[in-house]
Amino acid sequence: MELALIAFMAFLTENVVLYRFMGICPFLGVSKKKSSAIGMGLAVIFVIVLSSIVTWLLYHYVLKPLDLVYLRIIVFILVIASLVQIVEMFIKKFTPSLYRALGIYLPLITTNCAVLGVATLVINYDYNFIQMLIFSLFSGLGFLFVMFIFSSLREKINEYNVPEGFRGIPIALITAAAMAIIFARLGGII
Amino acid sequence: MDKVSKKTILLNGIFKQNSVFVLTLGMCPTLAVTTSLEGAIGMGFALLFVLIFSNISISLVRKIVPNEIRIPVYIVIIATFVTIVEMLLNAYLPDLYDKLGVFVSLIVVNCIVLGRAEAFASKNNPIDSLLDAIGSGLGFVFALMIVATIREILGVGTLTIWGSIQVNFMPIFTALGIKPAPFFVSNPGAFIVLAFLIGIFQSVAIYRKKMKSRKVA
Repeated sequence: MELALIAFMAFLTENVVLYRFMGICPFLGVSKKKSSAIGMGLAVIFVIVLSSIVTWLLYHYVLKPLDLVYLRIIVFILVIASLVQIVEMFIKKFTPSLYRALGIYLPLITTNCAVLGVATLVINYDYNFIQMLIFSLFSGLGFLFVMFIFSSLREKINEYNVPEGFRGIPIALITAAAMAIIFARLGGII
Repeated sequence: MDKVSKKTILLNGIFKQNSVFVLTLGMCPTLAVTTSLEGAIGMGFALLFVLIFSNISISLVRKIVPNEIRIPVYIVIIATFVTIVEMLLNAYLPDLYDKLGVFVSLIVVNCIVLGRAEAFASKNNPIDSLLDAIGSGLGFVFALMIVATIREILGVGTLTIWGSIQVNFMPIFTALGIKPAPFFVSNPGAFIVLAFLIGIFQSVAIYRKKMKSRKVA
């Protein structure tokens, strides 16, 4: 039950993008086309889960026993940056078709604050291994879900006559606000 | 470089190239920590501190660092200063530290810091880089303060400048016979306020361009 609650909150009511305001850059930047939004979303799920596992293990079995917790930020960001690089090389070598789909989004993910954000949050919340897995997986899925809806809406918005000054980012942010209202209200389901 | 261009470096980041309103970088903290002016000031100056020191350090080592590994080197330099800021906040301003939460650590991946490192500090001398950092950093501080001022006054009816120093706008609200709308300090409110601010910025830019082309014609 508790795990289901973590999953539900990470996916909908405390969505990384709409509630925690993480990963706004790719949310606005790569959401003009549905196909690229889905590609980015899938790449983010992959990296969030992988980097959360590695940083969680490093934190609990290396940094904590050695009393080096203050090096957290440096270690985490280096892990994420190198992990993204390794994943990129790995996919390029073994699954070229997946690389063609996700390749261009991978370098951008290093500076996606959702990745470092989730890795830091699971430490702050003191989650155990299973809780960490669920939280990071559903945060990633939540990101993909929001990217999918948002890019579909943006493709439609382009067909309407928006005042010149509000084209682009402003109207996208207003759309995001409407989505945030709906997502926050979904908490009533529980 | 002469004096005029130094001034341009400084002012460019504040107005013309404002990182939040014009370049739309660093949106995450702009949306997340602007429920009170206090949080905005704290976050703004934390980022300004990191930006100043990372820009100077990167400019100093720009000729030694090989081109292929420059990004990892920049990230380590930035992460070091973020760790210092985090420790200082935790020790001296614990209330603010709790309020900003995870967003202090997230300065590492803030597009503004890495963006200035890559676009400016890696190519210019330390003094220009310092000016660039001050300009862009203050531009970010001002942007956060504007968003936070609007959200806090309309949402709560007060303006918390620092700790218990607070301006109360409630008498004005009662005089007008209305109440503050908590919507503005909620998460969707952040998107709306920022949307309208960027929209106004864009509209003004378009209007000025039109006036200019009319003059030329």
